[in-house]
Amino acid sequence: MMRRILPLALLLLAAPAAQAQQNAQEPAAGAPAVQAIAPEVGAGRGGTGGGQQPVTTEPQAPTGSPTPEASQTTPPQPPTPVTPIPTPAPFTDRGQSDAAELELRRALRGGMIEGAVTIPNQTAAVLIQPEGRDWRVFRNSTLGWTGAIAVLGMLAALALFYLLKGTTQIESGRSGRSILRYGGLERANHWMVATSFVLLGLSGLNLSYGRYLLRPLIGAEAFTSLTFWGQAVHQYLSFPFTIGLAVMLAVWLRENLPTRTDLAWLRAGGPMARGHPPAGKFNAGQKLLFWFVIGGGALVAASGYLLMFPFTLTDIAGQQWAHMAHGIMAMLMLAAILAHIYIGTLGTEGAFEGMSSGRVDYHYAKEHHRLWVEQEMAKAQEVVAPPARARSAGAD
Amino acid sequence: MARLKFLCDADRCIECNACVTACKNENEVPWGINRRRVVTINDGKPGERSISMACMHCTDAPCAAVCPVSCFYGTADGLVLHDKDLCIGCGYCFYACPFGAPQYPRVGNFGGRGKMDKCTYCAGGPQADNSAVEYAQYGANRLAEGKLPLCAEMCSTKALLAGDGEIIAAIYKERVQRRGYGSGAWGWRTAYKEGLAV
Ligand code: SF4
Ligand code: SF4
Repeated sequence: MMRRILPLALLLLAAPAAQAQQNAQEPAAGAPAVQAIAPEVGAGRGGTGGGQQPVTTEPQAPTGSPTPEASQTTPPQPPTPVTPIPTPAPFTDRGQSDAAELELRRALRGGMIEGAVTIPNQTAAVLIQPEGRDWRVFRNSTLGWTGAIAVLGMLAALALFYLLKGTTQIESGRSGRSILRYGGLERANHWMVATSFVLLGLSGLNLSYGRYLLRPLIGAEAFTSLTFWGQAVHQYLSFPFTIGLAVMLAVWLRENLPTRTDLAWLRAGGPMARGHPPAGKFNAGQKLLFWFVIGGGALVAASGYLLMFPFTLTDIAGQQWAHMAHGIMAMLMLAAILAHIYIGTLGTEGAFEGMSSGRVDYHYAKEHHRLWVEQEMAKAQEVVAPPARARSAGAD
Repeated sequence: MARLKFLCDADRCIECNACVTACKNENEVPWGINRRRVVTINDGKPGERSISMACMHCTDAPCAAVCPVSCFYGTADGLVLHDKDLCIGCGYCFYACPFGAPQYPRVGNFGGRGKMDKCTYCAGGPQADNSAVEYAQYGANRLAEGKLPLCAEMCSTKALLAGDGEIIAAIYKERVQRRGYGSGAWGWRTAYKEGLAV
């Protein structure tokens, strides 16, 4: 029912409006029946064209003045030659930069072609960054070769060294007594750093060499899973590694400050010396490694965190630099730590116990770290039998 | 076989961003990801030019060279596409790409930045052509339907050209000869190791 009434009602409403429109089209009462399309020249408003028209449009000479003919008799002159004005470059072409030239210049001298974007992601404002090509060369060839040479070269050198020198024995044989060299904290911290370093190293090497060595072996999909978990491990283990280095710095800093003994140790030939030049808790070689690991570790950690939170502090060039520093330093550290592992295990009899049980053989300590043993003995003497004066002072 | 390329005639581009919108719409690109963008250089100065830029599908592509999991592949048309199932989101391709084309769904790198996304030249990915999976992962596959990328098809001033490199270069050269000037093909030197001599 409603449906049928509604259109009817609309019709009724519309009827008066339609009527009004019809009325508007009729001429208003009192106006002339036919109107001119356009008003004629000189005609008054609503007139019929009866107004006065000018006879000619030429200027009229005032009555009584001389005729202007005399001044108009000069023959026409040839146009004086003028230097042609060159057409300026089209307005749209002014100050235009040439794409190919600009790109070539940037590729040769570095720098990016940047502009403005209207999207929130402002890193998108870099239009072209030719440095990407340099970074590619670094990643694919510089880093690959540096790493291969450093790591494989070190392995070869160590193998050669082992073949020539063999394990450095404790000369006076084992004493059967031991001395505490590394406390629980020192060892726990060392192994935390060591474990994370090994895993960081392996996952890092996988990023550099995995696609050549592993991918063909295990297939693309398995390799992707491995690399994905590898990089996750790499990122999470950065924390124990960095914290461990900080603890190492705090615990071992004093014993690693350089002294005169170190110069003598190095001058005597360091690891190649005949016999054992005197050394404290750490010899100069260990101190060098310590500072190399602390310094290098700080650099890899800093650059690694930049890579982990990309574009927070740096732009694209900064990211590339962070990667380069990270990669090169990591490769060098790998090589150095390989040597460290060799010396601490295969290379030196009795050295590894220091990091496993914490106690080393007395003769080992005496030979390799004489000054330290003497110091420890002196300390122990004080505990067992304090100097007489101190005792009497306490007794009174 | 054609060698497909993009060419942006910067003397025509009016920075209307229609290409950006067309791309986002056609490929259902997620928020925050811009496969194509318009960069204005010398903004507000003489020589101001706007250039629409996306992946240029480089010759000897740097992104493919540095990817640690080798997830890129080239097509017969010279396109550079990638397999999202293999990508680990390491961000290396962005460092190597001269044009900032690779995009990531996540901001940080912590635990990976998600699967990298970039312009596919409206050619989808390694999945079956125009399947639902392909659409979800890579967006439209117009090429399989015989169509060119929508950004170029939609460009209001026909500044952005897509198609066989030789043909679009010829079109551009003719334009430059007619109007008497042109700033060149942006990115060609870097992407294809050849400028565009007019
Ligand atoms: S423009 Fe960037 S992402 Fe595209 S092919 Fe070249 S390097 Fe790769
Ligand atoms: S982000 Fe993905 S595609 Fe890019 S280099 Fe890393 S793994 Fe390869």
